[in-house]
Amino acid sequence: MTRRRWNRGAILFALSLVALLVLAASIRYGAIDFSIPAIGQALAALLPGHPAPTLDQRIFLELRLPRAVLCLLVGASLGTGGALMQALFRNPIVEPGLVGTSSGAAFGSALFFVLGGVLNLGQSVWSLPLAACLGGVLSTYLVFLLARSREDGRASIVTLLLTGLAVNALFMSAIGFLTYIARDPQARSITFWSLGTLSGASWRAVEVVAVSTLAGTAVALRYAKQLNALMIGEEEATYLGVNVNRLKWIILSVNVVVVAVATAFTGVISFVGLVVPHILRMLGGADNRYLIVGSALTGAALLSLADLIARLTLRPAELPIGIVTSAVGVPVFLLLLRRRQYVF
Amino acid sequence: MLEARDISFKVGDKTLLSGVSVKFEPGRLHLVIGPNGAGKSTLIKMLARLLRPHEGQVLYEGADVQRASEIDLARRRAVLSQAVEVAFPLTVREVVMMGRHPHFGSRPGAADEKIVDELMEFFDVTEFDGRDYQTLSGGERQRVNFARVLAQLWRPGPACRYLFLDEPLTFLDIRHQIEFMKKVRAFADASDVVTVGVVHDLNLAARFADQIVLLNDGRVTAAGAPAEVLTRERIREVFGVEPTFVPAGQSGLHLIFD
Repeated sequence: MTRRRWNRGAILFALSLVALLVLAASIRYGAIDFSIPAIGQALAALLPGHPAPTLDQRIFLELRLPRAVLCLLVGASLGTGGALMQALFRNPIVEPGLVGTSSGAAFGSALFFVLGGVLNLGQSVWSLPLAACLGGVLSTYLVFLLARSREDGRASIVTLLLTGLAVNALFMSAIGFLTYIARDPQARSITFWSLGTLSGASWRAVEVVAVSTLAGTAVALRYAKQLNALMIGEEEATYLGVNVNRLKWIILSVNVVVVAVATAFTGVISFVGLVVPHILRMLGGADNRYLIVGSALTGAALLSLADLIARLTLRPAELPIGIVTSAVGVPVFLLLLRRRQYVF
Repeated sequence: MLEARDISFKVGDKTLLSGVSVKFEPGRLHLVIGPNGAGKSTLIKMLARLLRPHEGQVLYEGADVQRASEIDLARRRAVLSQAVEVAFPLTVREVVMMGRHPHFGSRPGAADEKIVDELMEFFDVTEFDGRDYQTLSGGERQRVNFARVLAQLWRPGPACRYLFLDEPLTFLDIRHQIEFMKKVRAFADASDVVTVGVVHDLNLAARFADQIVLLNDGRVTAAGAPAEVLTRERIREVFGVEPTFVPAGQSGLHLIFD
């Protein structure tokens, strides 16, 4: 079977256009619709010399717009995280949500919300993301420690998924406990952490997630060539001059930071990182440079679309976005599991 | 010139290699034989610097291989393994191009493409160019990987180059084994590369090798030309089988075991 592939540059260009279109739709529609002239006027209100924004315009500028941008960034983070994990573990069914990174990060953030106030921890913008990263490191490390085979030190994928499942359950129950004892009921709910939502978006969140997403993707791209060599095996990559241990540590760290920071502001959103690289591989092959950029773009577009669906389905109320991503992601996951060509 | 100088290797308290000293010359085909557990693969991995000896040194042109940088080593040393599984759908051409990784920066250049073309032609895999590697048979895959490994060494520079074959015949049928060994032989004759391989079949070893290294229980029992090394007494003692020598024309020894 000869594999027909499309031009990778063209795919990436098309994906950028799609992401922009979804962004436009996602700022236009929602609990209230904004017409295009209204969007223009609201943006113009930011310029000096214009009258102060009206209530509607403030809703647009302080709620709708940051949410749409955050959604793009979080989607990009999850897509990149999925591409990196799959490249690292040489398996197409690994994903940040499945191997525990996301739930650990959610646990770290929940712990910060509950204990942060009591213990009077720092109020810096970076405290919450830092707590999420620590949680993400903890759970990811736990999964890989437990899933490691005693004979050759490599994690088999079945063990990895089962361990991920157990660690996820552990951290989710810890989050349940934290939200149960939390004094501040309006702060966070269990639904927020377990199903994910972007309703808490703010410009501050956008700034923090933008830094981690862009920096993480840039670092990942530097190592794309080495990740490519890893596709033919760890031993073979070593023979091609790749320091495999060093590469593993760098990619795992980038992945934990990128995913944990996104999770800190949105809760656990599963399956985006699983589906996205897979679609791209079918279109344009397995080259990691293309996969990392493409996964960021596709993740951004897909999550924005999911958020739009989450906001429009029960308008003016909204669904947790994790419900939408799981509805799409679970069938893809099951299909992947049934395919024979992947070795478990 | 490649030299192992008094190397030893242990896993836990089990000694896999002890005091192995052996030299390998450029342009010749060296095959390592021995019963299971003799330390053949361990020796190859140590010569290729995947493993580090606990004692002794591996010398490339007289210099300790541990001091070489990863990228410098990757440009002059390549290893063909038993069976390479790729994790994702890669085309055959992409797999061969992997061999050029240590040579190009971010993307392959025209020279890399040309080398890949030539090697795919040499190994008769040009027709598979755009095909998914995962759909190939074992014999086809091994040819593709041989092309990849030679693409890695394809640099007619002054530095001495080293090719290691770590049980490359394991998953091949008899026809593919012989075809594969003929390619190895042709390559060894046409180049000044130091070639060291591990094989199990004594007849293939006797027919194709310039030098045979017989390992037993982590030690070198004998090293030299096939006819010198493969004597009735040694085969009986090391492998525990009784050989019958059959005259086999110009292709050297032919052995039947009992």
